[in-house]
Amino acid sequence: MSMSVATTSGYLENLLQGRSQLPASPLAWFNRLRADAVERVGMLRVPTTRDEEWRFTDISLLTTLQFQPVHTTSHLQAAEVEHFYLEPATIRLVFIDGVYAPQLSTQVPGVAGDSDIVITNLSAAVSAHATTLEPHLGRHAEFRNNVFTAINTAFLHDGALIIVPRNVAVDVPVHLLFIATQKEVASYPRCLLIAESGSAVTVIEDYVALQQGVYVTNAVAEIALADNARVNHIRVQRDSGQAFHIADCAVSLAQASRYQSTSIALGARISRYNLNVQLAGEGAECTVDGLALIAERQLADTHTCIDHIKPHGTSRQLHKCIVDGAAHAVFNGKIMVRPGAQLTDSAQSSRNLLLSGRAHIDTKPQLEIFADDVKCAHGATVGQLDSEEVFYLKSRGLSEMTARNLLTYAFGAEIIERIPVASLKHQLEQTVLEQTQRN
Amino acid sequence: MIYQNSKPLLEVRGLRATVNGIEILKGIDLTVRSGEVHAIMGTNGSGKSTFAKVLAGHSAYEVTGGTVMFEGKNLFELAPEERARAGVFLAFQYPIEIPGVANNQFLRLTYNTVQAQRGKDELDPLEFDDFVREKMKMLEMSPDFLDRSVNAGFSGGEKKRNEILQMALLEPRLAILDETDSGLDIDALRIVANGVNQLATKDNAIILVTHYQRLLNYIVPDYVHVMESGRIIKTGGKQLALDLETHGYDWVSIEQRAAAGA
Repeated sequence: MSMSVATTSGYLENLLQGRSQLPASPLAWFNRLRADAVERVGMLRVPTTRDEEWRFTDISLLTTLQFQPVHTTSHLQAAEVEHFYLEPATIRLVFIDGVYAPQLSTQVPGVAGDSDIVITNLSAAVSAHATTLEPHLGRHAEFRNNVFTAINTAFLHDGALIIVPRNVAVDVPVHLLFIATQKEVASYPRCLLIAESGSAVTVIEDYVALQQGVYVTNAVAEIALADNARVNHIRVQRDSGQAFHIADCAVSLAQASRYQSTSIALGARISRYNLNVQLAGEGAECTVDGLALIAERQLADTHTCIDHIKPHGTSRQLHKCIVDGAAHAVFNGKIMVRPGAQLTDSAQSSRNLLLSGRAHIDTKPQLEIFADDVKCAHGATVGQLDSEEVFYLKSRGLSEMTARNLLTYAFGAEIIERIPVASLKHQLEQTVLEQTQRN
Repeated sequence: MIYQNSKPLLEVRGLRATVNGIEILKGIDLTVRSGEVHAIMGTNGSGKSTFAKVLAGHSAYEVTGGTVMFEGKNLFELAPEERARAGVFLAFQYPIEIPGVANNQFLRLTYNTVQAQRGKDELDPLEFDDFVREKMKMLEMSPDFLDRSVNAGFSGGEKKRNEILQMALLEPRLAILDETDSGLDIDALRIVANGVNQLATKDNAIILVTHYQRLLNYIVPDYVHVMESGRIIKTGGKQLALDLETHGYDWVSIEQRAAAGA
């Protein structure tokens, strides 16, 4: 699907028109960041399948949709959205079509009283926390070569800001709930999580839709872990089946910090998730797990890059796709081990299950190793259910159908069960159950 | 134990089977009656595990000749799950790991499926929990194994105990234990064997497929069969297993060839 630069630059220019509604920030560096991003958009184009990074994912359809951010925000009552809430208590920030909704957001008592923890809307807090934010905002999610990240940054305004101070553990999960309510709009969700030295937090980045419809979500998250910090990041993309979801997440790990990521892709007509994890300090550890469960004509593309920069880093990755109907899953998992990153221990596994003859998977492990004393294991499988597993269950009295349903469910549940938030885990187990059962 | 006038449970006549067109079983004859314990021994490649899998209905093996009657019914007319419900149980040599499914869910699902087929009451999760914990005590298994995924990350011995736990729950008429002793240390072997002995009644029967005699110190067989090249070439009492342990398998083949030549 070819598209000339001229056409896509017209598309990009139109997209940026919506910026006129944005209020200017009192902070010069904040305005400059947006301006740099605008300038960058002008130099970039929308990628096509001729670009290596987009080989399998044709987004030309997206360039026919000139959606703008919402003009009038939907005023929702809690009753309309509380089925998205997680029990028991979470600290919750809610964004409606990208706009912060204070009336739906909560803070759990105890945490609110602790003036050091910041969990709030970015645009409101940027002045108060400018010195903390400036070294991080827009610094991790690189927009030089990523047009979507550049556009998101050009629209920088509302977003989730989490700052966990030194040696503080946030004892309830933080739920960042992005609700799409309007058709034919674009939203630019943004998250910035700064986990200071020795801190710990669990964050759920959750994209949901109140109704079906075509809309575009272009999300960017930046996560910075200082020494010994621990972050558990759960990402659930359950957008409308007609939506487009393009997202970029950049994570930076300092010495002996630990980042755990579980990303679940269920929704959207076309979705693309870029996750870049930099192990920038010695002895950093990350676990990067993913599940795409798609059907019909959905496309879910996950591109991850785990970049071992310093010695003694550990990374573990298990990415799974369950693909039904005429859906198409893409996984590109890059593991980079830089010359200085001796004694890196890395293992990556891509496992894929095709449930229909028309389903399609492209998986590509990509190892780039420039250090000599490292342990890097990787493997990829694509296929149907294992006949030995089916036989085992049948030999216990289960019918062929029950055996297959159970194994398909288990295939997805292996990722879901790693989620440490029980209510979310049960919700997602139910979703997997519903989508994998035949009779 | 051998009981006078007990009914034949399994009658195998001239059983032949192939895998990928290669004949592995070349005419097996075996009768197993209620209450009996049979050991099938033999070297690697003699066909003993294939025999076990053919009885359980593994689709990789094609039956090319002979008959197998189970309680008077043609076993080959039953799908693997129907055999299980009718009371055939295979303890796997290599039990399958199922990450993502909790062991207690799996055990309850299989238990209730088989119970329903037998016209018996199913158990709800709470009732089942009490029931299964009782069975686990017999195998000295920690209740922690209920919450873990099926066999995932279990040691070899833990997997084998989980197999015998399933046997205890499903109460088969015929249990075929395929190399259940392999990979077990002496304590685990004793525990597993004790469990099997407690499950043996005059109404069921056990076929032990094994390489080594040591399991038979704990589960004493009524009959020992030696398999070679897809046939049973010698049948004896428990003494035969001890003779095999002392003298190896060669003398049996030599004796058999001499008999065939005569």
